Amino acid sequence: MPLSPDEIVFWQYGFFKLNSTIATTWALMLAMALGAKRITGQIAVDGTISRWQGFLEIVITAIQEQIKEVGLQHPKKYLPFIGTLFLFIAVSNVCAIIPGYDPPTGSLSTTSALALSVFVAVLFFGIREQGLTGYLRSYLRPTFIMLPFNIISEFSRTFALAIRLFGNIMSGTMIVGILLTITPLIFPVFMDLLGLLTGMVQAYIFSILATVYIAAATRTHEE
Amino acid sequence: MTLIAIVSIITAGITIALGSIAPALGEGRAVSTALSSLAQQPDAATTITRTLFVGLAMIESIAIYCLVISMILIFANPFWNHVIAQAAGK
Repeated sequence: MPLSPDEIVFWQYGFFKLNSTIATTWALMLAMALGAKRITGQIAVDGTISRWQGFLEIVITAIQEQIKEVGLQHPKKYLPFIGTLFLFIAVSNVCAIIPGYDPPTGSLSTTSALALSVFVAVLFFGIREQGLTGYLRSYLRPTFIMLPFNIISEFSRTFALAIRLFGNIMSGTMIVGILLTITPLIFPVFMDLLGLLTGMVQAYIFSILATVYIAAATRTHEE
Repeated sequence: MTLIAIVSIITAGITIALGSIAPALGEGRAVSTALSSLAQQPDAATTITRTLFVGLAMIESIAIYCLVISMILIFANPFWNHVIAQAAGK
């Protein structure tokens, strides 16, 4: 039983393997980009709005509200990054309804890539808001003895983000796979439902944690 | 070489069994405190609920770490793969 979609290889050339993770990720990206292009192609400002445009407006407004509630003052600056994180993870987990589909977030490569991008984003937004020296000085708070612990916590947060998402999604798919060999009739359906729920919750948790980390890095202290 | 298999299986079982005690207790305490604070201040419901979910996810990750270790021990065990490769090479 494959532990992750990385092991399902479609095509190989040298050391480059086209595995299920890459194929599914690109298919998802194409579907989301084309869908968004199609919906925002004809935006109506007043009058009757099409259903899809209303749906997208709800999603974007909700994400903006969440970002503002966490404490980031200008949510528009962070909306593209955090919105993309949430939408990609949510869509890739919800599409588990489709039969024969392996969520790419069930592979440690995808979740590590997402966690690394959050790490880089925290650095980037922190330096952009506070300047290089200001951001580096934030590592010395509350006392300079905390410097190694702050650095370690940066890396362990990134690691925890990756492992959390990977563990949740991988265990969801694996439980269904194991149950199919034991009680194939009704019980795997319930575990699939639970997998859908945890997929959405994990998408929300990932993006909220990214927002909290960015808010902690961009908080300007009054000295 | 069945020793590797025996130890892996036993360790996988004990890892997930012991590793999910503490997170479950912690999550129970977190939810109970969240419920009592919701009862005291229903106006802050959205903040409390969101903080509760974030905290639950952080606590859950400890159990997830143990689960990942057991899964690796059972399904992607490198030592067992090494034994299999040696037995196949013989």
